[in-house]
Amino acid sequence: MSVAENQAAAGRGSARAVAILSSLGRFLVVAVTTYLGLLAVTFFIGRVIPIDPVLAVLGDRAPTAVVERTRREMGLDLPWIEQFYLYVKAALRGDFGTSVLTTNPVMSDIRRVFPATIELATLGTIIGAVIGVPLGVLAAVKRGSLIDQIARVVGLIGYSVPIFWLGLLGLVLFYAKLQWIAFPARLDVVYEYTFTPITGFYLLDAAIQGQWDVFHDAWRHIVLPAALLGYLSLAYISRMTRSFMLNELAQEYIVAARAKGLSERRIIWGHALRNAAVPMVTVIALSYANLLEGSVLTETVFSWPGIGLYITNSLQNADMNAVLGGTIAIGSVFIAINLLSDLLYRLLDPRTKAG
Amino acid sequence: MSGDTLLEVDDLRVTFPTRTGLVQAVRGVSFSLGRERLGIVGESGSGKSQTGRAIMGLTPPQAEVSARKLAFDGIDLLSISPRERRALRGNRIAMILQDPKYSLDPVMTIGRQIVETLRTHEKVSKAEARERALAMLQAVQIRDPARVFDLYPHEVSGGMGQRAMIAMMLITGPELMIADEPTSALDVTVQLDVLKILDKLVAERGMGLIFISHDLRLVSSFCDRVVVMYAGKVVEQIEASELRDAQHPYTRGLLNCMPRIGFERHPLPVLDRKPEWAA
Amino acid sequence: MSAETIQSRREWLLSDRPASRLQARLGRAYVAWRRFSANRLALVGMLIIIALVAVAALADVLAPYSATVGDLKNARLLAPSAAHWFGTDDLGRDIYSRIVYGARWTLYVVILVAIIAAPIGLLVGTVAGYAGGWTDTILMRITDIFLAFPKLVLALAFVAALGPGIENAVLAIAITSWPPYARIARAETLTVRNSDYIKAVQLMGASPFRIVLRHIMPLCISSLIIRVTLDMAGIILTAAGLGFLGLGAQPPLPEWGAMIASGRRFILDQWWVAAAPGAAILIVSLGFNLLGDGLRDALDPRSGDQ
Repeated sequence: MSVAENQAAAGRGSARAVAILSSLGRFLVVAVTTYLGLLAVTFFIGRVIPIDPVLAVLGDRAPTAVVERTRREMGLDLPWIEQFYLYVKAALRGDFGTSVLTTNPVMSDIRRVFPATIELATLGTIIGAVIGVPLGVLAAVKRGSLIDQIARVVGLIGYSVPIFWLGLLGLVLFYAKLQWIAFPARLDVVYEYTFTPITGFYLLDAAIQGQWDVFHDAWRHIVLPAALLGYLSLAYISRMTRSFMLNELAQEYIVAARAKGLSERRIIWGHALRNAAVPMVTVIALSYANLLEGSVLTETVFSWPGIGLYITNSLQNADMNAVLGGTIAIGSVFIAINLLSDLLYRLLDPRTKAG
Repeated sequence: MSGDTLLEVDDLRVTFPTRTGLVQAVRGVSFSLGRERLGIVGESGSGKSQTGRAIMGLTPPQAEVSARKLAFDGIDLLSISPRERRALRGNRIAMILQDPKYSLDPVMTIGRQIVETLRTHEKVSKAEARERALAMLQAVQIRDPARVFDLYPHEVSGGMGQRAMIAMMLITGPELMIADEPTSALDVTVQLDVLKILDKLVAERGMGLIFISHDLRLVSSFCDRVVVMYAGKVVEQIEASELRDAQHPYTRGLLNCMPRIGFERHPLPVLDRKPEWAA
Repeated sequence: MSAETIQSRREWLLSDRPASRLQARLGRAYVAWRRFSANRLALVGMLIIIALVAVAALADVLAPYSATVGDLKNARLLAPSAAHWFGTDDLGRDIYSRIVYGARWTLYVVILVAIIAAPIGLLVGTVAGYAGGWTDTILMRITDIFLAFPKLVLALAFVAALGPGIENAVLAIAITSWPPYARIARAETLTVRNSDYIKAVQLMGASPFRIVLRHIMPLCISSLIIRVTLDMAGIILTAAGLGFLGLGAQPPLPEWGAMIASGRRFILDQWWVAAAPGAAILIVSLGFNLLGDGLRDALDPRSGDQ
């Protein structure tokens, strides 16, 4: 090995540190501007589009005194740029105003309902990844075979089906006809009063407290909506896995692995999938973010008391603070997952270099 | 050169189905190999790489391989099960690919890739496998094996990557090595280093070597015997030392393309390609 | 037409040395068509879309009943029968007729979104790509910000502020769906920006406006069409979702998403009210997805098998 090579190799450790730092820096810039962008859009929606933002927030039945006070509180007499500054400041404190419908601060409402959505989306993503990744791998390995065709059709239908409709049909079949699952809600009414959640994730809470009857009941309520979201995520994940795997299986290092005498199983799962895993992390994270968003429709169908149902209920009652607060909440998590997956990608891939 | 034959190839054919019909990449290639260095030379598309891959058993599944005889150390390669074939690959027959940038797994450290070959074929402890991998890295003249062991392929130069590739393929002590353009992707300055290392190891271990290349001069200086391929067929087999007296016009054409110091080369010669050579 | 003339026409189309621009262009189109039509699923997709257009155009002929006025007295919530193929809804309207007329609204939404969002994306992308520098940085930052937003939720909030209605739903979807087009247009622009023929046009004194409009935008069109086709299914699903939540088309418009919403109340007993419009959405989205996949494979062989 030449001297130059040695020096270059020694410098690589610090180069990697620089690469990580610079991507962290860029990460922060992107995170801040994207979040400001989100606030700018919601500000635009809440304050600029409506002819009278106070009316949009309070509804038309509020007393004059309240209207006047709110007008001052919202700073509507100030120039827009100043209004936006105050808006951002309030949002950073987690102050999205008060919900007309529940009369609570929007933030406390969101804190109450968010765990339900997270529980649903998490279970959905787990289902989607656990089935979707192996399906995609098999489809790529046995390309053109029956299983590839099935995976393709399953995926295409997942891309094309209106989920709220599929949910309704599922209710007809599994709840009304077969009676395999419980009615649309999070828990049976009996348990609503006897069960004290700790984390807000009912399955987890019930398991921690050893209340297996509650666990069973919670499972009977969550299984269909989670399976539906899981199907959406499966469609996306299996399709992307297949495409990544086809790409990896065509590489020269696969030929080298065969020349080493490795088993097909080892080549597929140990080499090709390991290489595909790096972009797969991004795909699974994106699919998780999409499920958070997709929960709006699913929760409405299944009366699932999460943020999606909260937003649609508020919509029906023209409760603008709640709608925008919910939008910012979902948007923030969505943006965070997006950016984190990007960062994770850079950290996981050993090929990441500076720049 | 020892008398016993390691590999016997008789009438080897590789056929690919395509949309427009069957394409014969290899059309009746025959040669035999002892513990010697055999060069296979030809232009791209001459079937030389497919010949190597057919011997390895790495032909793509849609293609068909047939031969009157394809035997390694008396084992009929075409009649044994895929499992037995796999047990030979990487163990008794190994292969070096062209470009270490693509032929090493980018997300696995070099050390693990070498250990993987060893542990696929021999039951050895992790510690022993590591020891032997380090010794092998030393044997391909990497000075700081312990450090290189933990590096990823993108962190080393092309020359070092190819040495790691050689280490990965030689660690099980194979008897036959197929080197498919092992230096074509490397810098000219390190090509010779890598070749010398390969040559030394092959000689020390008494292996048979099939050296596939488009570079006739390289092959003639490095191998004992040369097989010249054109359009999937062998047009000439000749001792490297007698290459100057080659009879076939295609071989002569290849030889004439080599520039020599001190001779004016105008106009540059153009290779003749006659359809009757392929017939 | 004899087999011989067909043969010679094919040869003319596939000629290595086209004698005119028209021949070269037709030849390329023919090759793309052959690749497209070899894909049976893509053909199915195309048939579905052609059928959608035909149904929308011939709705007056195809629909046996009115889409908005029902027979409340005699025909409420009837199960599917020979008289009412897909049954009737709670206002006694024939569901088959409503679905036939609904095809018009589906096309309306899809076309409007495409002709609003695609030009915005095209403009932003080509300008950013051609101008470079700060213009590029700022425009692309805005694009990325919009790309990072949850589309459906944002569309919901927009419609909440604008007020429910199909026009506002279209606007909200368009506002949230232009960023990918800007990305594509920019990528295409970057590949041609420094080419010699653009330099030649510059030397002839063409203004940047003219270069972008006449020489760069046309090159972005084909990849944009593929992407828009692939997005159509998503647009239909979003519009149907908004309709389902009561934010899109308002009664009595026969929009499929809104029809599912109105069938929701009877889902356990009269499931057909919601079933048929959902199936219609599924089939049409599937058609656009198949068509888009086929177009991509035919026009962009690089991404072939993926």
